[in-house]
Amino acid sequence: MTMKIVTSAVFAGFAAGLIAALLQLWFVQPVLLTAEMYEQGLLSHFASEPEAFPDQSVVFDPLRDVLSILFAGLTYTGYALVLVSAMALAEMNGRSITVRSGLIWGIAGFIAVQIAPAFGLPPAVPGNAAADVALRQLWWFPTVAATAVGLWYIAFGTNIFHWLGAAALILLPHLIGAPLPAELTGPTPPEISAQFAGRAMGVGLVAWSVLGLVAAHFWTRSQDAGA
Amino acid sequence: MTTLIQTQTGAASRMLPLIFAASLGVAIIALAGHVQASALHDAAHDVRHATGFPCH
Repeated sequence: MTMKIVTSAVFAGFAAGLIAALLQLWFVQPVLLTAEMYEQGLLSHFASEPEAFPDQSVVFDPLRDVLSILFAGLTYTGYALVLVSAMALAEMNGRSITVRSGLIWGIAGFIAVQIAPAFGLPPAVPGNAAADVALRQLWWFPTVAATAVGLWYIAFGTNIFHWLGAAALILLPHLIGAPLPAELTGPTPPEISAQFAGRAMGVGLVAWSVLGLVAAHFWTRSQDAGA
Repeated sequence: MTTLIQTQTGAASRMLPLIFAASLGVAIIALAGHVQASALHDAAHDVRHATGFPCH
């Protein structure tokens, strides 16, 4: 059982991680590098004076990019281990997993891990002002966990109390509120930050969709094979 | 009674692999995405930003 979960998760995680990394290097990295130039003072932004939109050509840096591919693979393998375990738990409770439903599982994962935390802490470029990282992590993990459990009960709940409880769980972290910076001191232009957040979310949706589909494919295949 | 206990033990032992795999997953996510040790932070920096993890 453990081996079947781990095998499915590793295949799905590295497939999704590779796609996430390639999309990141093409679409997200140029925005991130632009932001770093503001962070380091190589570019500066004064809202009162018009300035040209910075060059965002795709530039590859072998060591940095290989590390991105490796860590995206690791991160999505971590997600896949949790996702496939949840699929196995659903099957134990009499729900069937198909490759098609894998897409919904993936999108639900994206909602839990990216949309819900981004509602309080949008993906930030280097040079954005932010609250203390430990405080943000302390909000991030429970938010992801509460949203995931809430989505589970929306999907598999059987009565109105399950659904109301699920909605409350998903809402709660946002009623508490994410930790915000005390002051706005970030040197990065808002246009660049918004562009980054939009692209990071877009890449996340594609990667999570692939993760759900591939994880469900390998999981159902390993179940069919018996053993 | 015996049957009930056996069923419960069966369910618990079926849950163990799931708990193990999910915990391993959370540990990997924490390591790749959240631990602030500087070598790890620098190596994973771009992915952490691009996946929307709290960074810096």
